[in-house]
This record gives sequence, structure tokens and C-alpha cells, in this order.
Amino acid sequence: MSKRITTILVVILVVAALMAAVGCQRGGGEGGGGGAKIGLSISTLDNPFFVTMRSGAQQAAKDQGVQLLVADAQNDSATQQDDVQNFVTQQVDAILVNPVDPKAIVPTIQAANQANIPVLCLDREASGGKVKTLIVSDNVKGGRMAGEELIRLVGGGPVAQLEGIPGTDPARDRGQGFQQAIDDQSAVKLVASQTANFERAQGLNVTENILQANPDIKGIFAQNDEMALGAVRALGGKAGTDVKIVGFDGTEEALKAIQSGKMNATVAQQPDKMGSLGVQNAMKIIDGKSVPKKIPVEVKLVTKENVSQFLE
Amino acid sequence: MASVAERLRPRELLSRSGPLGGLILLCVVMTILSPYFLTFNNLFNVGTQIAVVAILALGQTFVIVSGGIDLSVGSVLGLAGIVFGWATAVANLPLPAALALGIGVGALAGLTNGLLITLANLPPFIATLAMLSAARGLALVISNGQPLSPIPAAIRALGSGDLFGFVPLPVVLMLVIWALTVGILRGTYAGRCMYAIGGNEEASRLSGINVSRQKLLIYTLSGLFAGIAGVLLTARLASASPQAGFTYELDAIAAVVIGGASLSGGVGSASGTLIGALILGVLRNGLNLLNVSAFWQQVVIGAVIALAVMTDTLRRRKG
Repeated sequence: MSKRITTILVVILVVAALMAAVGCQRGGGEGGGGGAKIGLSISTLDNPFFVTMRSGAQQAAKDQGVQLLVADAQNDSATQQDDVQNFVTQQVDAILVNPVDPKAIVPTIQAANQANIPVLCLDREASGGKVKTLIVSDNVKGGRMAGEELIRLVGGGPVAQLEGIPGTDPARDRGQGFQQAIDDQSAVKLVASQTANFERAQGLNVTENILQANPDIKGIFAQNDEMALGAVRALGGKAGTDVKIVGFDGTEEALKAIQSGKMNATVAQQPDKMGSLGVQNAMKIIDGKSVPKKIPVEVKLVTKENVSQFLE
Repeated sequence: MASVAERLRPRELLSRSGPLGGLILLCVVMTILSPYFLTFNNLFNVGTQIAVVAILALGQTFVIVSGGIDLSVGSVLGLAGIVFGWATAVANLPLPAALALGIGVGALAGLTNGLLITLANLPPFIATLAMLSAARGLALVISNGQPLSPIPAAIRALGSGDLFGFVPLPVVLMLVIWALTVGILRGTYAGRCMYAIGGNEEASRLSGINVSRQKLLIYTLSGLFAGIAGVLLTARLASASPQAGFTYELDAIAAVVIGGASLSGGVGSASGTLIGALILGVLRNGLNLLNVSAFWQQVVIGAVIALAVMTDTLRRRKG
């Protein structure tokens, strides 16, 4: 008897939660009308970078009066495939994809191609299928900028690098750009390069470990700001002064750390601009206009001198 | 109960010390390979780094000993950290209230797991899998996907301060939680019930143990420990992140199992779990010191986990 009541209660709770969740989305999703409907499939919303990208897209959709459907693939290629398939079923006019994995996304894009729905890629490339345009930061250039700034700050001596998730595009490209900057000179030497998987907690631990083996390190390049902030925590009072720290992404916390002198520089990406450019270019394609194959989103070096421009 | 050590025969002692032997062997190898490994500084460093996972794993030990599993601890850690961060950084609540709220949310999530398992009759794997998703989602909802700061200085000090000038506070907290776990497992009725339920649930029920009530307690304890770990990680990072603790449940389960516990229940100890966490920590630290390529690190860690559990199982079978 009591078990049946419990079951009924659980079912009621689940239904209520679902209705609440759906209700919230409705409230956020509609607003414009205008006719056009765009789907945005994001790799993960577990990361402030992509949350900002979504906000940029939502703002642009609001401005242009189009309906934007957002799906979070939670870093799972199979979920992303389902998400995009759902967009196709809902007959959206264009699909913005921020792929979890450049290869796994290909069949999904081909399915959208077959349904004659234009596909645009954000932040990460797809290795196949027909993609109208790729909207992406120049990560190699950004890595190089970060490397040159770190070399300028340090002057000479040993430095270390915190790498991103092994095998991913941004980790590879930023690492490549950084390595180019290091190879172009001889005063600054890269003595340790270890992965911290783009995570702050690991950035902290790995920096502590690197310091054990290389206590005389003068600078650290972290391939994203989360790891850089972990390094700041590991270095304590030495962060930003005895040991220079350069990050990548330009998150709000990193900008504040630069302002307070705990970090020295970062390479700012503009995820909100990626999102808004995505929606704007999707609208151009829907209206029958042509767009370039690749739309680079500027990366900018942020230092203590210009950080105030980036902090709103 | 107090005479457990006396009753052990030499062979049993050997089988009990299996994980410890592995840890010592690993330390010897690292000492030979890297001159930086065996220093006071570095060893405390390893202790600090494993503290968060070790506290999660100690909570997980209650669950695994009783024959269950808790997949939600990483997400519950993240949720507790975010609730704590929200309470201090956004709502500006006084520190004790914020601490109670953060850790309390962890315990509440654990209690919910227990209710799903006992009242709604879900298997632990499913109930805690659901919580893994829900807790992470709630952390994202509360924080709107962004990290929350600033964290009060008193809490930041818990992450980076030390006792007597050399014992890092996270290590102190970890040892306190370890002692608490030893006390619960060995010295209380609830602890004995955990082993009994893990050994044979039906027999425990027939012999008069209120299994449902004990399970509620077990999962609440696991959630409570995850809450404490969440505050500690927030203290170490000086910021509450909704991604905090992502996939930590796997490290926690690995630590418990490397420490000699059995996933079929009835076997396991707090000290074994601590050693399991140390093995994982020493391995990661050593691979960093040696500047081993990121690709190979994952292979080595996988191999050591398999090897550690394999030798332990083989030794048991022989014994």
C-alpha cells in the first residue's frame, strides 16, 4: 500500500519536474517569432566558454527576431547526433553545430545535408559533410601570441606548459603556436609540458608537481584560463611576480586575476561573438546570400594595460 | 572487535597488507627514477592532492562495504561546492550558515539516493546514476554555468594553510575523516551492519537488522562526505566551479577497490581506501615529475589499476 503511494508520488514529482523544465525553456525560447527557426547544438554547457557562446547566439536571435532551439550534447557524440536529428525532424531552417568530435559529427551533418538544411560549425571543425562555414578562433596564432608574450615577460630561463585534453584541436593548435614562439628564440626554454585536461583542479595539482621537479621555473603557459587559475593557486604569492602566468580564453575570472596582478596575460577568445556570428550568418544563408568558407574570430592579447576594456 | 589484529594469522596479515606492499613498491620505484620524489615537500604535496578524492573514497567505502555503489559522489561534490559558493559569494550568508548549507545539501543528496533505493526500490547503480545527472544539472542551474567567487579568506586558508607550519590543512582534514571512518566501521553498530548487509542482505534482515534504515544512513554518510570534499575543493581552488569533481566518482571507486574492498560487498577498510587513494596520487605525481607524455600517462594509470586489483585477487584466491 505505502509502496504504491510512494510510486505515485515519485511519478507525480517527475512529471512536475519535467513540466517545470519545459515551461522554463518555452519562456526563454520564444519571444521573436519572425518565422525562421535555427537549431544550435552545443558540445557541453559544463564550461563557461560554451555558456557564453550560447548567450551570444541567444542575444543575436532575439535581435533578429528568430527562434533559437538549443541542445546540450554533454560532451557525448551520440547525444549530439540525436540532438541534430531532432532539429532535422523539427524542420529548422539552419543548424549551428559546435561538434563534440570532428569525425563523429560527419554522418550527422550528412543527414542534415540530405534534408537540405544548411549547417554551420562553431569553434570546432567537422572533418566531412557539407558545411557552409566554419566560425572559429585562430588557435595557432593565439598560442603563438601567448608564447611571444611569455618570452617577453620572462626574458630568459626555464618555463613550463599546461596542456589541454590530449588529442583535441585547441590543445594541439595552441601547443603548436606556442612551440613556434619557443623555437624562434633560445633564451627561454620549455623544460616541462604536462596535461591538466583544461581543468582547474588538475592545473593546481600538475603545477605543484612540476614545481617539485623544476623549482626555478620563471613562467607558465596554460592552454586555457581554468588551468592558469589553478597554477595561480599553486604558486600563491609567487604568481604573476616571480613566476609569470599566461592563459588562454579570456574568462571573467582570468581577467580579474590579470587586473589584480595574479596572472600576467591571456589570449581572449570571443565566444559570444562566435555565437552571434553563427546566428547572423545562418540568417544570411537562409536569405539566400553567400558566406565565406571560414570566418575567423579575432583573438586578442589581454595584459594589465588593456584588461579594463575587456571587463564590463 | 578490538582484537581483530590479534586474531590475524601471518598469511592473512600478508593478504591484508597487499595494497600497502604495492604502495611501498611504487614509492621505491619513483624514488629511484626521480630525485625530487622522496622529499618532505613532495610527499605532503601528494597528501594535499589526494585529500579531496580520499574523502570521497572514504564515504564510498561505507557504500561498497555494504554491497552497494554510489556513482553520484563527483556530481554531489560539485553541487555542494556550488551551493556553498552561492551562499557566501552571492547570498552573503555568514560562514557557518554557508558551510552548513553546502555540506547539508551533500547529505540531503545522499539521503535522496537512500530513499530512491529503499522506498522506490531502485538498484543503487540506477538511483545514484540518476543523482549523478541531476546533481550536476542543479549545480549548473544554480551557478548559471559560471564559476562563483570570491570565497572567504578563512575557507581559502583551509585549502592552502598548514598546521605547525608544515602539515597542510587538507591532509589534516583527510586524516580526521579517515579516523572517523575507522571509528564508524569498526566501533559502531552501524559499521557492523554495513559488513553484515554486504555479506548477506537477507540474513541481515532475518537477524533483525533494519536494512532500510541502515541503507539510508550509509548513503547519507556518502553524500555528507562528498559535501565536505566539495567545500575542501572549493577552498583549494578559491572558487566554486559547477564542473568541480567531474568523473571523480571513478577515482573514488578505484581507490576503494585498489584498497582491497570487494564490489560484491562485505569486504573493505578505511585504511585500505586511504592507501588506494595514495597509490593513485603517487602515480600521478610521479608521472608529472618524470615529465611523461600525456598520452602514455593514461595507459600507465590504467595498467597500474588493473595490476593492483589483480595481484590482490590472486593472493586472496591462493590464501
